[in-house]
Amino acid sequence: MRFNALNLLRQAFGGNIGWPEQWRSPDPRSAYDAVIVGGGGHGLATAYYMAKEHGLRNIAVVEKGWLGGGNTGRNTTIIRSNYLWEESQALYEHAVQLWETLSQELNYNVMYSPRGVMMLAHNVHDVQVFKRHVHANRLQGIDNEWLTPQQAQEFCPILNVDPGIRYPIVGAALQRRGGVARHDAVAWGYARAASALGVDIIQNCEVTAIRRGADGAVEALETTRGTIRTKRVGVVAAGHTSVVMAMAGVRMPLESYPLQALVSEPVKPIMPCVVMSNTIHAYMSQSDKGELVIGAGTDAYTSYSQTGGLHISSHTLDAICELFPTVRRLRMLRNWGGIVDVTPDRSPIIGKTPVPGLFVNCGWGTGGFKATPGSGHVFAHTVARGEPHPINAPFTLDRFRTGRLIDEAAAAAVAH
Amino acid sequence: MLLIRCPYCQTDRPELEFRYGGEAHVSRAQDPSSVPDAAWAEFLYMRTNPKGFHVERWRHTHGCGRFFNAVRHTVTDRFLATYRAGEPKPDLEALAREAAR
Repeated sequence: MRFNALNLLRQAFGGNIGWPEQWRSPDPRSAYDAVIVGGGGHGLATAYYMAKEHGLRNIAVVEKGWLGGGNTGRNTTIIRSNYLWEESQALYEHAVQLWETLSQELNYNVMYSPRGVMMLAHNVHDVQVFKRHVHANRLQGIDNEWLTPQQAQEFCPILNVDPGIRYPIVGAALQRRGGVARHDAVAWGYARAASALGVDIIQNCEVTAIRRGADGAVEALETTRGTIRTKRVGVVAAGHTSVVMAMAGVRMPLESYPLQALVSEPVKPIMPCVVMSNTIHAYMSQSDKGELVIGAGTDAYTSYSQTGGLHISSHTLDAICELFPTVRRLRMLRNWGGIVDVTPDRSPIIGKTPVPGLFVNCGWGTGGFKATPGSGHVFAHTVARGEPHPINAPFTLDRFRTGRLIDEAAAAAVAH
Repeated sequence: MLLIRCPYCQTDRPELEFRYGGEAHVSRAQDPSSVPDAAWAEFLYMRTNPKGFHVERWRHTHGCGRFFNAVRHTVTDRFLATYRAGEPKPDLEALAREAAR
């Protein structure tokens, strides 16, 4: 059933008991044309675009937990495309353009809100780096502008621009088209739209082995819900990519770290934008429920624990309290961790692997949410056609052998 | 915060005294100029990244300042052993059996 005014009214007068399930939950078939491993935003988006743009309908998404229960439901929902290198700008800008019409495309409100992402500079080095980003972006037609501390405070009135604080704000880079979206809705919207096109979405189905034939090509997946025969597998498993790829004997240039986030108790609207500070490890925005959503850093060591050390989030809150003194007495409601897969050059890997029929989309590190639609769109092309889309062509696994890295070390809001 | 036993100082100290040094027992080629690109990629970038026992380097930066190796479970973050740099990698299966007891 489509979401529109007529159906809303009809259901409202009918007691809202007539809404159907948003996606089917079928048992896995014994064979598919292609299987996506991982039912987060990126995996579901991949399946949706494979069905919609490449006509593949006999496909499935297998997810070991529940949809969007990994990093899709754990991130701080920030969307921006102000990256340094042309390859990255093309990839993230592709995503931002898809975000702009995503709610209409999916007939599902993903609550995309381009409220502006402002990145703070605290020292001479920050100023040089951010101005370089501003110029690099503007050369590619991507909006990014430089603000003085006073202009930054006008854009975000609760920001403390006092020159006497420990790390004073000396300027800021602002991408006005950046913003946030509702992360759960992104997973659900893609799942609903993909399911309507015939994609089987299979939850609580963990891949336990990848079976390869005599020629080395992928033949089947062994899962906790039985064997699934398929010649094409797209692995979109975020923090667990190394684990899944090891089943096919492929070693990855990845390390998995816990990354933490927190939300405060809800308050009235006080913050109109997203503010990020790489240098003092903090960023914050306000959700539509009124909670302040705060992102912290990664732990120092690799781990799959989905928690992270308390001193990491405590360190971030020190910075938040100095940047936004008005929030000092707020209590934190929840904090949690997700497992992020980090590459040596902080750019993702989207493409083919040495195993025929096996494709991988990983390495989004601390910043994958913003790329969800673009990532799914180009990876769908890669899996469906067997060759990368021009946008993801530079993001190969082989670049770690050739040395053509895409160094976005300053990509995340927090130092690694 | 982790509590880590430094094998030189022989004391359990908080994680803040240490720096993490990545996967252990990754050694640079003896004759770098004769190594093919794929082997360089393996040395520089490829990592085991296991969900389970991980053999890793730490440095007691704010203590004795020395590097050592450790075996830690990456789901529980529990340390099974720490040992001095240069000592051989312990038998992980034996450590796991001991930990299970």
